[in-house]
Amino acid sequence: MQIINRPGTSIKQVITIRVIAIMAAAVVSSFLITLLGYNPLVVFSNMIKGALGSNIRIKATLLEMIPLTIASLGIIIAFKMKLWNIGGEGQILMGAFDASFIALKVDWIPSFLVLPVMFIVGFLAGGLWAFIPAFFKARFGANETIMTLMLNYIAIQWITYLQYGPWRDPKNMGFPKIPNFPKEALLPQIFGIHAGLIISLVLVVVITWFMKKTKKGFEIAVVGESVATAKYAGMDVFSVIITAMLISGGLCGITGVIQTSGVNKTLTFNVSSGYGNTAIITAWLSGLSAPWALLVSFLFAILLQGGSYIQSALQIPSSAADVLQGMILFCILGSEFFVRYKVRFTAKKPVSNGGAKAC
Amino acid sequence: MEKTVFVEMNNICKTFGVIRANRNINFRVNQGEIHALLGENGAGKSTLVNMLSGIYTPDAGSIEIYGKPVKIHSPRQAFELGIGMIHQHFKLIDVLTAAENILLSEKGSLFLSEKEALKKIQKVMENYGLLIDLSKKISDMSVSEKQTVEIIKVLYRGAKILILDEPTAVLTPQEIEKLFVILRNLAKGGCAVIIITHKLNEVMTISDRVTVLRQGETIATLDTQSTNYRELTELMVGKPVDLTIERLPSKKGNLMLEVKNLTVLGEHQVKVLDNVTFDLYGGEILGVAGVAGSGQKELCESIAGLYPVESGSIVFEDENIVGLNPREIIRKGISMSFIPEDRLGMGLIPSMDMVDNMLLKDYVNQPGIAIDRKPARQKAERVRKRLNIQTPGLSTPIRKLSGGNIQKVLLGREIDSNPRLLITAYPARGLDIGVSYNIYDLLQEQKQKGVGILYIGEDLDVLIELCDRIMVLCDGRITGIVESKSITKEGLGLLMAGESLTALEKEEHLCRL
Amino acid sequence: MLILFLKSAVIAGTPLLFAILGAMFNERVGNLNLGIEGMMLLGAVAGFQAAIYSNNPFIALLFAMIFGSLGALIYAFLTVTLRTNQVVTGLTLTIFGTGLARFHGQKLMGMVLPEDFSRHFKPLSIPFLHEIPVLGPFLSIFLEQDLFVYLGFVSAILSGIYLFKTRPGLNLRAVGESTASADASGINVTLYKYIHILLGGALCGLGGAYLSLVYVPSWQENITSGRGWIAVALVIFTSWNPYKAIGGAILFGGLDILGFRIQSLNIPVNQYFLRMMPYLATIIVIIIGSIRKSSRHTPPKDLGNPYFREER
Repeated sequence: MQIINRPGTSIKQVITIRVIAIMAAAVVSSFLITLLGYNPLVVFSNMIKGALGSNIRIKATLLEMIPLTIASLGIIIAFKMKLWNIGGEGQILMGAFDASFIALKVDWIPSFLVLPVMFIVGFLAGGLWAFIPAFFKARFGANETIMTLMLNYIAIQWITYLQYGPWRDPKNMGFPKIPNFPKEALLPQIFGIHAGLIISLVLVVVITWFMKKTKKGFEIAVVGESVATAKYAGMDVFSVIITAMLISGGLCGITGVIQTSGVNKTLTFNVSSGYGNTAIITAWLSGLSAPWALLVSFLFAILLQGGSYIQSALQIPSSAADVLQGMILFCILGSEFFVRYKVRFTAKKPVSNGGAKAC
Repeated sequence: MEKTVFVEMNNICKTFGVIRANRNINFRVNQGEIHALLGENGAGKSTLVNMLSGIYTPDAGSIEIYGKPVKIHSPRQAFELGIGMIHQHFKLIDVLTAAENILLSEKGSLFLSEKEALKKIQKVMENYGLLIDLSKKISDMSVSEKQTVEIIKVLYRGAKILILDEPTAVLTPQEIEKLFVILRNLAKGGCAVIIITHKLNEVMTISDRVTVLRQGETIATLDTQSTNYRELTELMVGKPVDLTIERLPSKKGNLMLEVKNLTVLGEHQVKVLDNVTFDLYGGEILGVAGVAGSGQKELCESIAGLYPVESGSIVFEDENIVGLNPREIIRKGISMSFIPEDRLGMGLIPSMDMVDNMLLKDYVNQPGIAIDRKPARQKAERVRKRLNIQTPGLSTPIRKLSGGNIQKVLLGREIDSNPRLLITAYPARGLDIGVSYNIYDLLQEQKQKGVGILYIGEDLDVLIELCDRIMVLCDGRITGIVESKSITKEGLGLLMAGESLTALEKEEHLCRL
Repeated sequence: MLILFLKSAVIAGTPLLFAILGAMFNERVGNLNLGIEGMMLLGAVAGFQAAIYSNNPFIALLFAMIFGSLGALIYAFLTVTLRTNQVVTGLTLTIFGTGLARFHGQKLMGMVLPEDFSRHFKPLSIPFLHEIPVLGPFLSIFLEQDLFVYLGFVSAILSGIYLFKTRPGLNLRAVGESTASADASGINVTLYKYIHILLGGALCGLGGAYLSLVYVPSWQENITSGRGWIAVALVIFTSWNPYKAIGGAILFGGLDILGFRIQSLNIPVNQYFLRMMPYLATIIVIIIGSIRKSSRHTPPKDLGNPYFREER
């Protein structure tokens, strides 16, 4: 067997390979589902039905897509710079926390300003949570992957503390819950879906423009490719890293604001419900491109919504959806190899005596 | 005496993507000979020997070692056949000692017993008259010491066929002489030695026979004694070439750059540049010679504002630029282009296209926060035409261009920005002769326009022919600044090794004009 | 009191110790594996299930190791053979492992390990140990522990000997330091990577199994609660050295139970803030580690770089 660098891959080839990967993922998942004692065809068709079968279900799917899209945009900006921000969860939580503070604890803001202020504050809070690791990364080269991750856990503990402690609603005897937001702090509904949908679409356009057509976007791409070249061209690498991480965390923070104010209507410690982590996958699958992130997020929303539907319809635990996600991602990650390299099977396979692989 | 054939390669082919690195190559090496493999960069020399050492496998063709047909799939198999390769970039582990490196991947008992192994290594060293401190870490060694470790390593494993890939590139002339003595000993001891090089004088000095490659094909195999420089050059390049550069006259301008007592520190607070003082005038090419790693990179980077200066001053047109940031220095009209060993590292973004690479320094001068790519596209088109860059299109990632074209993109961009001071390091690194001369012409054109040029080079012949003056660095110190008309190559070599100018005068390497 | 606390610290540090060793082997051959948490969970659930079925500690541990390595095998195949991005692949492994463990673990909720299984992992009591003055109580911190803890220490020491005193150890260090050089020296790089990534997976599986079999001992969702991630950080903290890993694990084991201890003393401290401690400490460790960079404290040079012999 021989492995050869592909000189170039046409779009058609890429799509073919991707489709094969998704099919492979389906086959592997079917195998797994069969192993668990279910009929894969029934499971898949139920997932599609559960995600797209009726208006209400499509709405539910879109509700999953919104946070995924926005968080993916945030992750894309960090990953583009080869900064492995896996702290989306924490940044979502902190965005949600600060927005909730405005919604619940500040009463002197005129009501038409409450929502805008919540968004600004949420953006800053998520950005700040990302700034901490970004600063130490940019200054000392500290490992941002682990720092962002540890900050997730700290954020969870912090919100849990609020929920069980000082912010707990005294009216809600027994059940630890933070009070619901007042009306002016709730996202308005447009066509039966909260305004987050519009916001997410606008953000896709804005971020696409930002990455492709602005100086900062160009700087982020250059720093991601080569810090040495960026310095050589006179870029201030430190400030590029900080700005990018602020935006990255900020977008995750906005995700938190939308989830509290549009979906949960209050703050809970599981407000991020894994979007921060799933967004890492969707961001990567989109090839770090903002428009593609929208599509990938939609597909993943189908997977999530379908997953929770089969839970009630077929009594398959929702964690099965996680397993499926993992499978699909493994297959697609693996397929990247075939985009980059051509594998040639030579007719006469030479007898290797050292046991060493030919590749 | 009947000569035993150690290596025989027939009709070898190897393709990388679209590049056909080797086409039907035939190559034969005898026991006891030093065989030079000559060719320009990209002629396919490294590819060919990498198939002997098990790094690559041929797409087609056959290999015979000691007369037996073999397939070599891994470096380990190559060792077992007695083939030892000394790569151009040493394959040594920095954090380990010389002995540990030599013992890597050796078969034997589970636990390491260094004492016994050391004895065996010592014996090999005595046999061939090699000397090294085996307990020294690789990271603490000089280039020449590292090379010795590599040689001991392959001999310790019982190599009978030694391949050296460009072994002299990083050595001083004096170290080269020592290496050649070792190689002759090896050949006398019954080994076959293959030495890859693109330097004709080395072929003439050391080899018994020479095989010339051009564009992936074997051109000829000759007895060294029966050939000459001119014939080899023509075989190598494919057409008769004039090997001299005509140094064009130009009016020496004003004092442009004045570096005074420049000292910069590297790792562990070692002085990488030590009290460096020199000046550079407009319309002049000042060459910098020195063994790789003598402080050239740090010199370029400290002038460009990329390396922290410990003490001293860099005065550009009456202003001290120490402490200015890179962007301010670019604005003053100082351009720096450094071609690193991997030929991509700094100055370009391989995954971006020519247009975006043109933008790299210019984008910041555009108004507003958005980027307009139109001027950059025009610039890319201009540069492409002017330097005759071969590319499928302006929006092709430059990673996909050939090495020479990539370098032209970099140099073209820098020249297009009309610099006042052009710092260029190894601009012809890895280019074939024709393109190299294009680049030298471009530099001379700039010089005649009154640009001050600091040229960091490795080929001493080119330095002497192209530059007006040459400054020699050794371990971060200047050992001499000389008029290039009045210095010989040997003289430069001694300066590179750390001799002083006065010592040189005594030995008459400096001809007084 | 202090002795008791240190004893518990050793126990709490044991899953960390296994995980650190597992992550270390990955990184020593140049692979940054962020799937540690996933492999631990796979080991935890597999070990627990095997214990319920077989009632046999060896089989339980064996299954924990096998499932940890299976996770590692996916990772190795993707990153080594298919050269995927190590960070993303590791993250996916964590998502996958967490999901699978959660999925299977639902059936195990509320199950209790049989008494005659658990008795294999009762702390040993060593006669006369406490009668040795000064040294006695000190030694009891390490010696009056269950067999699993012993296994942890033995693993660490054996890893150290393997790494620094044996031929394969030398070779594997070479692979992590410079894959290309190791390859050119005739080391079968692919094989070394696979073996040690799998070995790492097995160790992580053991770390998870310690939690589900001895520490908790029952199945809980997300039983590792981020220990896999802390281990990734502690590899840096302990300079890729298995001996130092013992100290690092005990230190962080102590931090882990600190909150618990303080509460039981009726000192009014917020439990949520105490639970943040290990995470906070990890961040501080990373920051301090990055600020004072010494030459002895550098990661394997080829960490995170995919390797392809014929890449040009």
